[in-house]
Amino acid sequence: MVWIVALQATLPELVLSVGAMALMLVAAWGGQGSTRAVSWTAVAVLLGAGIALAGPASYAGVVFDGLYRADAFAAFAKVLIYVAAAISIVIAPRFFARGDGDSLHPEYPVLILLSAAGMGMMVSAGDLLTLYVGLELQSLAAYVLASFMRRDQRSAEAGLKYFVLGALASGILLYGISLVYGFSGTTLFTDIATAYGAGKSLGPTFGLVFVFAGLAFKMSAVPFHMWTPDVYEGSPTPVTTFFASAPKVAAVALATRVAIEAMGPAVTEWRQIVIFASLASIIFGSVAAIGQNNVKRLLAYSSISNVGFLLVGLAAGTQAGVAAVLLYLVIYIAMTLGAFLVVLQMRDANGEQVETIDSLSGLSETQPGLAAAMIIFMFSLAGIPPLLGFFAKLAVFNAAVAAGLYPFAVVGFVGSVIGAFYYLRLIKVMYFDAPAPAFLRSKDSVVEYVVMAVLAIFISPVGWFVLKPLGVATMTAAKALF
Amino acid sequence: MSGFPILSVMLAVPAIAAIACLFLSANGARWLALIATLIDLALGIMLWAQFDVGGAQWQFVESHEHLFGPFGWSLGIDGFALLLIMLSVFLMPICIGASWKAIETRVPEYMAAFLATELLMIGTFAAQDLFLFYIFFEGGLIPMFLIIGIWGGANRIYAAYKFFLYTLLGSLLMLVAMLWMVNEAHTTSIPLLLNHDFPAHAQTWLWLAFFASFAVKMPMWPVHTWLPDAHVQAPTAGSVILAGVLLKLGGYGFLRFSVPMFPEASAQLTWLVFGLSAVAVIYTSLVALVQSDMKKLIAYSSVAHMAIVTIGLFAFNQQGIEGGMMVMLGHGLVSGALFLCVGVIYDRLHTREIARYGGLANNMPRYAVLFMVFTMASVGLPGTSNFVGEFLSLAGVYKVSTTITLLCTTGIILGAAYMLYLYRRVVFGEIKFDDVRAMTDLSPRELALLVPIAAAVLWMGVYPESFLAPMRGDVKILLQRIDRAKPAGDAQPTPPKNPQVKAGEGHA
Repeated sequence: MVWIVALQATLPELVLSVGAMALMLVAAWGGQGSTRAVSWTAVAVLLGAGIALAGPASYAGVVFDGLYRADAFAAFAKVLIYVAAAISIVIAPRFFARGDGDSLHPEYPVLILLSAAGMGMMVSAGDLLTLYVGLELQSLAAYVLASFMRRDQRSAEAGLKYFVLGALASGILLYGISLVYGFSGTTLFTDIATAYGAGKSLGPTFGLVFVFAGLAFKMSAVPFHMWTPDVYEGSPTPVTTFFASAPKVAAVALATRVAIEAMGPAVTEWRQIVIFASLASIIFGSVAAIGQNNVKRLLAYSSISNVGFLLVGLAAGTQAGVAAVLLYLVIYIAMTLGAFLVVLQMRDANGEQVETIDSLSGLSETQPGLAAAMIIFMFSLAGIPPLLGFFAKLAVFNAAVAAGLYPFAVVGFVGSVIGAFYYLRLIKVMYFDAPAPAFLRSKDSVVEYVVMAVLAIFISPVGWFVLKPLGVATMTAAKALF
Repeated sequence: MSGFPILSVMLAVPAIAAIACLFLSANGARWLALIATLIDLALGIMLWAQFDVGGAQWQFVESHEHLFGPFGWSLGIDGFALLLIMLSVFLMPICIGASWKAIETRVPEYMAAFLATELLMIGTFAAQDLFLFYIFFEGGLIPMFLIIGIWGGANRIYAAYKFFLYTLLGSLLMLVAMLWMVNEAHTTSIPLLLNHDFPAHAQTWLWLAFFASFAVKMPMWPVHTWLPDAHVQAPTAGSVILAGVLLKLGGYGFLRFSVPMFPEASAQLTWLVFGLSAVAVIYTSLVALVQSDMKKLIAYSSVAHMAIVTIGLFAFNQQGIEGGMMVMLGHGLVSGALFLCVGVIYDRLHTREIARYGGLANNMPRYAVLFMVFTMASVGLPGTSNFVGEFLSLAGVYKVSTTITLLCTTGIILGAAYMLYLYRRVVFGEIKFDDVRAMTDLSPRELALLVPIAAAVLWMGVYPESFLAPMRGDVKILLQRIDRAKPAGDAQPTPPKNPQVKAGEGHA
């Protein structure tokens, strides 16, 4: 039976959606008291979705008449999304346990689950409409999450800003989709590819530009990045952690799939867009980060420039390039989650969250372990060997050089030197400056420290041993698109 | 012993010790670091003893290709690498000793950073995989950045940034070139790449990209400006390791990559190297002459000496290359020792102003003698290490360009001027200040640091064969490789005169 195969292939999304709805009911009846149980069940649901990936969901191929693709590429991205989502749930309780009214509600894990389901649809989309539905499911959940601290003005502002600009981006994307549909007569990726292969004309190219503009917004690539610093700063830190990790994977994987599967024949057209967005993101993200005083804003700009590096791999447009993008994503997720975990530990003597860079002063003397973890993440984000961040950059630039894009690679590298400057600034503050008042240490953050330590060890040279299996896995996943 | 992975062990010892240091007390970290560096020194001596001079080009090879996906754990050394590894392991225990009392804050981290530096330096020289080389080469930035930034002088943060960003920019251009090479030759193995003929038009670009990195590391004029800042701000041992070994990475890079891999480009761009070097020799020597800060003076003299290295390496003949290597080794020892000498008096008076000293020969006779040995070595007095190197290097260049030789030789005269001027102002004359009079002579610890270097300097000066022998075979291989591109020199020996003409002359 075709539909049974189709349901098996979409099992991870089914698990997530059903799980989220069931937990929503529990949350409605259980109220505030059920937060802990719902959170851990949500993690279990994510784990279940991950296990479901081992089945037909990773190899069934095209189901639902081409609307949905269950392939290795999607499975790879989903694993990353689920891990990031699970960590975002795990780290939340202690952040909200501050007693100023904005406590953690059981809806938080539910929204993350729904968002994860949307992201799963995004990376598995085989049709422009599946793409749009997945994107909206993810985005709507994200808008709510951004304003999760209802009494905090910044959080409300972040949610509103994210929503308004997100809606605008969705409009742009839909406009692009309608243009593509109007000129090619289909929304299926494979048929669109045929239409692009048939010959060049202005109409479909216009559609392509708008689709990429909409996707660039979701990835927060320059020039559609404006929302990122404000949203990252205003959202509760666990939510920012989530935004910087899982949706990034989904958006980049989606853009990759659209670029290769739907618009592969138009590679010369979209490559220009991607190269521009990439260089603009790298350089703007790096330069703008220099003046920041808020750690979360700084990491927001860092994520913008990292998207630029991710796009370097996409610009190559080859299988090696896509594999490099996936490898970069894995390492980027580890570094970003780690950095935000450190930010989460930044709280003053009263337990209030602090976010200024100056408050990190002399962290290496007050909390050497935390500073050591942060320095690893920072040097890695700067792309300095022997840390894993270097290999991420090496992979994407290798793909770009192999595709003959030398000037692009050179400019990208120069941009990464500018980027190194602000990462060094954090290191300077932590290691060279006189100590500021120490952060509050709490005993109930064992889970966070364990996750942080695991991520730091993964990023350190110990992670070299993972590079080979990761290389094989990313190549397999990338092959699914070609 | 053939199966014993001695190079990996040499890397593992400092790695393990560095991590262990972080968990120890200050004194424990000091002793552990000393023991670890001494073990590495012992291993280095073993390495040298077992190195088969005249044997295979690559020895002690450990190859696990593709162990880490894009690159493998491939180690192996030839004569050049052996000598530079020896230099590193020899200077390291001395650095630890020099920091024994001078560093009092955050000792465990300091020792860990130094051990990490040692690991990365040995790795750079021993790597046989292009990316592994780059990882070690570039990774050295991290500990050095921290050493300058945490334990440096007043303006340390500026210096640390400058050091880091300058070097990073150069290295990343090199990385693009490396990626191109790997895509072209389909291998990351350095021995294979050494025998790959890259197309001539690409060589120029590749050469320039590598040059960007090595010229900054070396450092060559005009990208040398990070060096005086870094040296002045770094703690004594940091300067020693910076001048002693890290600068040699640039020279090693030219020798290992630029010249043998891109011989045509090297020949074509020799004018650039020679021109910059000649400017460096004269300009930085003159700058050194007017410095009032001792460390800055020695830092500028380093730039001048490294310029002698580059002209030698690009001379395309045996004397030049051997001379370049010898200057690297000699300068590593001598400038390291000079920085230690500055450190000795800095520890007592906490100033590096030359004008604040004077007359040290009266109350610090032992110091005066050792300082004299190193000053003379820096000047290039026969019988010291630098003489051998500078003479060979200039003799090699003479065959290629007499003009450049002439210009660079003035550097030696100027070198004598600024070094002797420094020595006179610090050591001779009357004691002008009371606090200078109160300074005590070298302690046994300081003697133990300086005397081995003095012995090595004299050894290299009196019997350089010990150091020339291991690299002779490698120089020969290198010359065979680059012979096809060798530029014609302007110093043609006088052709044998026509006997008839001679006879005619005789009549007149």
